[in-house]
This record gives sequence, structure tokens and C-alpha cells, in this order.
Amino acid sequence: MRANQNSKTLSADELKFEELLASGRKIEPRDWMPDDYRKTLIRQIGQHAHSEIIGMQPEGNWITRAPSLKRKAILMSKVQDEAGHGLYLYSAAETLEADRTDMLEKLNNGKMKYSSIFNYPTPCWADMGAIGWLVDGAAICNQVPLCRTSYGPYARAMVRICKEESFHQRQGYEIMLTLCRGSAEQKQMAQDALNRWWWPSIMMFGPRDDKSPNSELSLKWKIKLFSNDELRQKFVDIAVPQANILGLTVPDNDLSWNEETGHYTYGEPDWEEFFEVIQGNGPCNKERVSNRREAHENGQWVRDAAIAYAEKRAKISRPKTTQDPL
Amino acid sequence: MESKKDYPLWEVFIRSNRGIDHKHAGSLRAADAEMALQNARDLYTRRSEGVSIWVVPSNQIIASDPDDKEILFDPSKDKIYRHPTFYSLPDELEHM
Ligand SMILES: [Fe+2]
Ligand SMILES: [Fe+2]
Repeated sequence: MRANQNSKTLSADELKFEELLASGRKIEPRDWMPDDYRKTLIRQIGQHAHSEIIGMQPEGNWITRAPSLKRKAILMSKVQDEAGHGLYLYSAAETLEADRTDMLEKLNNGKMKYSSIFNYPTPCWADMGAIGWLVDGAAICNQVPLCRTSYGPYARAMVRICKEESFHQRQGYEIMLTLCRGSAEQKQMAQDALNRWWWPSIMMFGPRDDKSPNSELSLKWKIKLFSNDELRQKFVDIAVPQANILGLTVPDNDLSWNEETGHYTYGEPDWEEFFEVIQGNGPCNKERVSNRREAHENGQWVRDAAIAYAEKRAKISRPKTTQDPL
Repeated sequence: MESKKDYPLWEVFIRSNRGIDHKHAGSLRAADAEMALQNARDLYTRRSEGVSIWVVPSNQIIASDPDDKEILFDPSKDKIYRHPTFYSLPDELEHM
């Protein structure tokens, strides 16, 4: 018999859950799980899904004004991928008995959050480069370990997502590279975009470990596998040499290579700004949510019509599909 | 008033290539079978991951209960003679 901190005896269900976690096997939808495990996952997966959907807006802003047909096609594919990522994740949340309509409503009325990064504006084409390189780059640092997260459907969604992210980052970096090899003005555009996106990207990993109260439980449950600061360090170590290749300067005066630790030392972001953005006071929070709400409301008649059509047709005859024998 | 009705849920199975079984890819929401197929194409085969798609209404899937695991699967555990390695045969017998 094992006992937890309250010296309460674990039930057979709890014991089995703990054993699955300890052995590194996945928890699947129909397994017993603690309420807080379920709630934490719904919150995290839901926020993650919302981030993918809202994340379409800053880049969607440039689809009609991309500098060439090639760039336009690439950007459309990327934004479409982000929609797909959102849908994989809503599906994963639904396996936890979360209601998709309910989650979307909570996004629309501000009761659920999404990543702070998408509340920054994209005034320049170079921002498409900086977002792909840095924002998708930071997302990759976060998401690769999540492929091994303890909840099966979340892990599988992350595997699918990670396969697609590499294209996102490479196309962004290529935009930056092209600008940096262009005229002095173009290189300056790239530098300005890096200046705009560096600190918000650093903040994407969330508060410092000593200010992140939820992290401990998530680590214990193997929902998260690395702490915010560990992931942030990893990102800085990867991104700084990439900036050097572009010939751009990372806007951090405290940045230096630490021979002893084998890592970069970096400065403290403006955490006040971070919490302001999280609270809904970033430069684009209102615009992002109201666009989302408007799109949802304007699409209501389409959804209603599709359902009415499906119901009517189901009454007339069985749906027509090709039979593919086993 | 906004209606809260959502499309029903569908499970998607994809055959990635000829000669391979359809494999569960994930789920999606769609009003009917036709839309489910269209959405499955857009959602799960953007990079030619498939040559054939099945969609099945999620509520049509009958799943075993995890609590029945022992009743269902334990009886086969002690039948080790079902595996070829159970039989020790002379070494000179090749390719068997
Ligand atoms: Fe994404
Ligand atoms: Fe992405």
C-alpha cells in the first residue's frame, strides 16, 4: 500500500493512474483521471487551440499584400495550417468531455485566454519573417517536448502539429534572409521586425519559474516536461546564432555567451507589459477578439443552414457515400 | 439569440498508401457525411498523407470499457503456446 502526503490511502483508480504516469505510458480518454488533471488539460489544450486560431490574424493581415504570388501562396498555406492546428487541439480537448461550442464562446467573451504574442500588431511585411522565425520557433521549443506529454490525444495532436511547424519557421527565416541580403532599407526592415518580436517571443514561455504557480503540478503529471525557464533558455541558445547568420542584432544589452554554463545569459523582459497584455490591455487584444466574434456571428447562418440541410436530407434518404469494402 | 447547436462529431480514418490499412487520424465536426469527407481532406491530408478517407459518426463507434481489460485480454496471456518461440527445435532446422 502506498500513501500520499495526506497519508490518505490511494484508491485503486488513483494507484493505476499513478502507475501509468510513472511507467511513462499514456493516459487515454476512457481511463480514470483526477479531476484537476482533466481541468488542467482542458485549460491548457483549450488555450493552445485558441492561440492557433487567433494566431491566424496577425499573418492573415498580409495575405492580400504579400510581395509576390509565391509568398502569398506560402503565407496562405501557413495560415491554413494554423487553422488545422486549432482543430486538432479542439478535438483533443473534446476527448476530455470539453464542449467545443462552449470553449469558443469562452474565447469570444474573454473568459479563456490565448498566447499573449498574438496581441501585437504586424505593421510591416518583415513581421511575417520575424513571426515565422521567432514565434513559430518559440512554439517549436514548447511543442516538441509536448509530443511526449502524458495525455494520449494531446500528444498525438502535437506530433501532427510539429511535423508542420518546421515549414513555418523555415519560410519565415527565408523572408528574413531575403530582406537581409537586399538593400540597406530592406535590412533595416528586418532589424526593426526583430526588435519588435524579440521580447514578446521571450515572454511566450510564460512567467519565470519562481512566479509560475501552476507549473509544479503540470510537471508532476507530465503534462509539461520542462519548466518555462528551461524552454526559454533553449530558445535563446538556438535563436541568437540564427540572428548572427542574418547579420542582425538581438535587442538585448545584457546578452552574452557564458563559457562556463555553455548557455547565453540574457536580460529580463518587461514583465509588467506581459501581465498587461495577458489582462487584455495589449495593443491588439480588443481587435483580435472582436474579429473572432464577428467571424463567428457572421458564420452562424451558414452553420444553421448546413444543419437544416443535413437534417432534411437524412429524412429523405440515407446519406450517399461510396462504400469502400474492408 | 445564438443557437448553440454544433455539427456532429466524426472520426477520420486515412489510408496513407495502397496496400496499407486505414488508420485513425483524428476527429472533426461536420454537418453531414459529405462535409465530413471534405473537411477530412482539408484537415488531415494537406500534404498528401492519404489516398483514401473513411469518416464515421463518432457515436456509431462501440468501444470496449477499460475496466473490462482483464476479462477481455487476460485469457490470452497464459496461452504462450500460441507464439512460435514456445517451441524449441533443433538448430540444424533452418528457416522454420
Ligand atoms: Fe501552429
Ligand atoms: Fe506555426
